[in-house]
Amino acid sequence: MTKDILVVDNLNMHYETLEGNVMAVNNVTFTVKEGESFGLVGESGCGKSSVASTLLQLQSENAIISSGSIKLDNQELVGMSESDLRKVRWNDISIVFQGAMNAWNPVIKIGEQIREAIREHHPNNTKKENTEKISELFKIVGLDDSIMDRYPHELSGGMKQRAIISLALSCDPKIVIADEPTTALDVVIQDQILNEIKKVQKLLGLSLIYISHDIAVIAEMTDNMAVMYAGSIVEKGPTASIFSNPRHAYTKLLLESTPSVVGEKKKLRALDGEPPSLINGLKGCSFSPRCPDPTDACKKGSLEMKLIEIESAHWADQCCVNCG
Amino acid sequence: MNNVIEVNNLVKNFEVSKGFFSRNKNVVKAVDGISFSIPKGESLGLVGQSGCGKTTTARALCLLEPKTSGDVKFFNPEANEMQDLDSLTEEQVKQFRRNTQMIFQDPYESLNPRWTIKDIILEPLNIHNIGSLENRTEAVVEILKTVGLTPPENYLPRYPHELSGGQRQRVSIARSLIMNPKFVICDEPTSMLDVSIRISIMDLMLDLAKDLQVSYLYITHDLAVARYMCNRIAVMFNGKIVEIAKTEDLLSNPIHPYTKRLISSIPVPDPKYIRNKYEIDFTELDEIIKNNSENLPMVDIGNEHFVATHDVKDLLI
Amino acid sequence: MQINEQKEKNLQKQLRREAINRNWKLFSQSKLGMIGLAIVTFFLFLALLQPVLFFTGLWSQGVYNPVVGYDRITETKLVVECPKEYPTPEYENYASCPGDGEVQKKMLYLAQGVEVGDMYEVYLQPAPPSIKHILGTDSLGRDVFSQIMEGSQVAFVLGLLSATLGVGISTILGTVAAFYGGRVDRYLMRQSDLVLMLPTLPLLFIISAFAELKIWHLAVVLGVIGGLGGSVITIKSQALQVKVKPFVDSARITGGSQRKIMFSHVLPNVAPLALLFMVFSVTGAIASESVLSFLGLLNIDMSWGLMIYLSQTDGFIFSGLEYWWLILPAGLSVTFLAGGFYLVGRGLDDVFNPRLRKR
Ligand SMILES: Nc1ncnc2c1ncn2[C@@H]1O[C@H](COP(=O)(O)OP(=O)(O)OP(=O)(O)O)[C@@H](O)[C@H]1O
Ligand SMILES: Nc1ncnc2c1ncn2[C@@H]1O[C@H](COP(=O)(O)OP(=O)(O)O)[C@@H](O)[C@H]1O
Ligand code: SF4
Ligand SMILES: [Mg+2]
Ligand SMILES: [Mg+2]
Repeated sequence: MTKDILVVDNLNMHYETLEGNVMAVNNVTFTVKEGESFGLVGESGCGKSSVASTLLQLQSENAIISSGSIKLDNQELVGMSESDLRKVRWNDISIVFQGAMNAWNPVIKIGEQIREAIREHHPNNTKKENTEKISELFKIVGLDDSIMDRYPHELSGGMKQRAIISLALSCDPKIVIADEPTTALDVVIQDQILNEIKKVQKLLGLSLIYISHDIAVIAEMTDNMAVMYAGSIVEKGPTASIFSNPRHAYTKLLLESTPSVVGEKKKLRALDGEPPSLINGLKGCSFSPRCPDPTDACKKGSLEMKLIEIESAHWADQCCVNCG
Repeated sequence: MNNVIEVNNLVKNFEVSKGFFSRNKNVVKAVDGISFSIPKGESLGLVGQSGCGKTTTARALCLLEPKTSGDVKFFNPEANEMQDLDSLTEEQVKQFRRNTQMIFQDPYESLNPRWTIKDIILEPLNIHNIGSLENRTEAVVEILKTVGLTPPENYLPRYPHELSGGQRQRVSIARSLIMNPKFVICDEPTSMLDVSIRISIMDLMLDLAKDLQVSYLYITHDLAVARYMCNRIAVMFNGKIVEIAKTEDLLSNPIHPYTKRLISSIPVPDPKYIRNKYEIDFTELDEIIKNNSENLPMVDIGNEHFVATHDVKDLLI
Repeated sequence: MQINEQKEKNLQKQLRREAINRNWKLFSQSKLGMIGLAIVTFFLFLALLQPVLFFTGLWSQGVYNPVVGYDRITETKLVVECPKEYPTPEYENYASCPGDGEVQKKMLYLAQGVEVGDMYEVYLQPAPPSIKHILGTDSLGRDVFSQIMEGSQVAFVLGLLSATLGVGISTILGTVAAFYGGRVDRYLMRQSDLVLMLPTLPLLFIISAFAELKIWHLAVVLGVIGGLGGSVITIKSQALQVKVKPFVDSARITGGSQRKIMFSHVLPNVAPLALLFMVFSVTGAIASESVLSFLGLLNIDMSWGLMIYLSQTDGFIFSGLEYWWLILPAGLSVTFLAGGFYLVGRGLDDVFNPRLRKR
């Protein structure tokens, strides 16, 4: 049995706004094992990035965690003091933020910016040690040493993203969260980055949380996955099992709405309607307004959303399992 | 006579100054002699990596920017003949404008934030003075229904920022189709949309193409999307078309190494499927293509499948 | 027609209301903006209150007119003669003579037959605040509060007039420069540089030396200088950003003419920035007016700057805070209203600049 590195239990988080509370993370529960790659998939605005930032306790100021726990290596992160958190971040858990490659400081050389991050956590390292470390990281992600002395604007999008990944690896974390690391890149670069991430993960024995809206990338990158809709996980389990036996209507639609270059050319199924507003929460099945064939039981909203195990380690929302 | 557009050896160069103080100019060959044609009612996919010249091609074709050289002929349904873009009269330019439209990638930037949806869709009719005021409003209502924004009166007085990305893209489509054009250039119209909304927009565009007899030049970097949308696909690399064929033919029997690389880089939505990696050295590929810059012929290997090479055997590495 | 026009109209109204509500919500979140708005509203209230008071007859023109009004206020005082040397039993030092309720005999040189020790009825000009004149009267016996109200009217008229004119000019020139580029752009930019280098106040001094500057002359001059100056450059850079947006390309593909695109697509999108400029330039106009009036260079009946100017020429400005009602109300009014408009601008900035919005 490999050990659990990250255990998220019943996490609830909302943002306080003028219009009301945006319930961005509802009863989210999942576990990431050592060396495992865990996928989080769902449409834009469903709360993926909110989960990611909450895991690092880097959520924005108006975010409130109302309940739940996040245990990293048996250490509780919710409610931990900022100074302790600072030690945990990057050392144990690090993140590649969505759009981070555009967040490089444009007037400082790439190498200097990574060195800065390492200095923060290992103040006693000499400059030479740090440079060696960066050179090592660059080799892993496939960058040349000369990139250290370049400014961000001199690099292509793919190179910037590789440098971001090496930055995330700079303090030897146990687990890395990658939030849509390839969304702004074209397919060829995306392919290269995906390969790089896979290679790094195997090489360093990392755990990975891979966040994406692209089900094809999730299929390729992850061992286990969770499907999110409107702030809740509606289905989770081994990736292979979810693809071969999807149980939630939303998962089924996601799978049937992704075009592919291999196999028969299929008519894809469209998902009509708009994602629901998360303000002040939802009752019953959150997907029911857009569901292609809701039963009467669904429409009444009598069942609360709750994950139940349908086969080994494969969980799905009870409403959908019971009515479908 | 059966094509909506014929492009022959289109070239578009950009001059960029070398340095801040330097007077010397570098020439960037963004589009370097491409040729293709699109038959009526068919759609051509233009795929390739970012920076390969797809957008530049689109902008040159709809006269947003002057081309450097090459011939472009478009079918003018009002005169029922092919016309050369270089020698249009003022009236013919107007006819060209009416029959060629473009849909942009970014739904948040392609609609004027200070205009209502009604004004946005009305604009083409107002510019070309088509129909009476009453008729125009009616046309707007009709097209809104066609693109699935119902009830129309709920959308007419709204501003773009009040709509979601998918709804805005529907407005863009409505606006581009209101004058019944026969040729629409789509520059990655779904790449900024969410996966779930993407399919409904693509389906809408396919339906409209069938109903209204529109041809698309569909630009994307995702072959899977191009496969869903187009009859034929042209693969572009560094300003040149390296391979052009019917969609299924191109995917099942790619000849050019770059096409193979592109196909092998698309993730497949099936965890059991193992992609066969096809690695090529891009700089080498670049060299091969550059060295043969002037006279790389398009070889027909049968079934309307063309590859840019001197000899197909060269490519079977 | 298949479409329900009434429904559309209703929705239109509702949407407009919602948009106003939303913007108001954003604006009201900015504390500075709200303080500014409160200040501006207060002065606007003052400006509008005066005509109401006259019209309803609560105030008579003869007494309260800020320019030609007069109120005779008297107080009976003991006539004394101040000693040459201090201290004396009555007076501790120079400053304590004459004391309360006393007047020096030498001040009454026009009165005849007055002796030390007499009681004498003295005209209070300026008179300190009282119930009848809540901010007192000035050295000519005119109501200061009424003058403040009049000054408020002048400030609003001048500020808004010059700002509108200036922003109108710079918006059109900036958009034209961005749109046509080339020689038009180069000419307009050089012109802006030139105007930017011109020192505004000294220029106004020179103009006032040649021509009588009335308030609306000043508004025009300030408007034109402001409109040709730096704001053209800023508006141009904004227009350049709008010009390359896909919706402009889209209009070009459809066949829209240059001029039409400029006026209907680019101009409306630089308007919010222009409005912001307008609010900020009101601040400048109000400040310039007071400086000019203070220096006596404006041909104007009443304004806050003029009030300070008068208290200075009459020598009251150096008397410390003894005659505070002649200086403080006018001085504070200038500071507050100019600052108020500035703060409103800051609040509007939050509304118009989505970048700064906290979601
Ligand atoms: N700081 C914030 N304040 C208020 N609401 C927020 C904030 N950040 C996110 N939200 C809301 O929370 C929900 C989840 O947002 P999140 O960014 O996690 O989505 P996502 O799945 O990552 O989508 P995307 O792919 O677009 O990034 C959305 O409804 C979003 O509008
Ligand atoms: N206005 C321009 N000035 C200079 N170079 C340009 C300009 N527009 C595009 N290019 C260059 O032309 C090439 C093709 O660009 P583009 O057509 O935008 O690619 P794509 O749409 O495939 O991403 C790129 O090398 C790009 O840098
Ligand atoms: S529970 Fe019912 S409404 Fe909800 S997704 Fe399942 S079938 Fe659809
Ligand atoms: Mg996100
Ligand atoms: Mg492009």
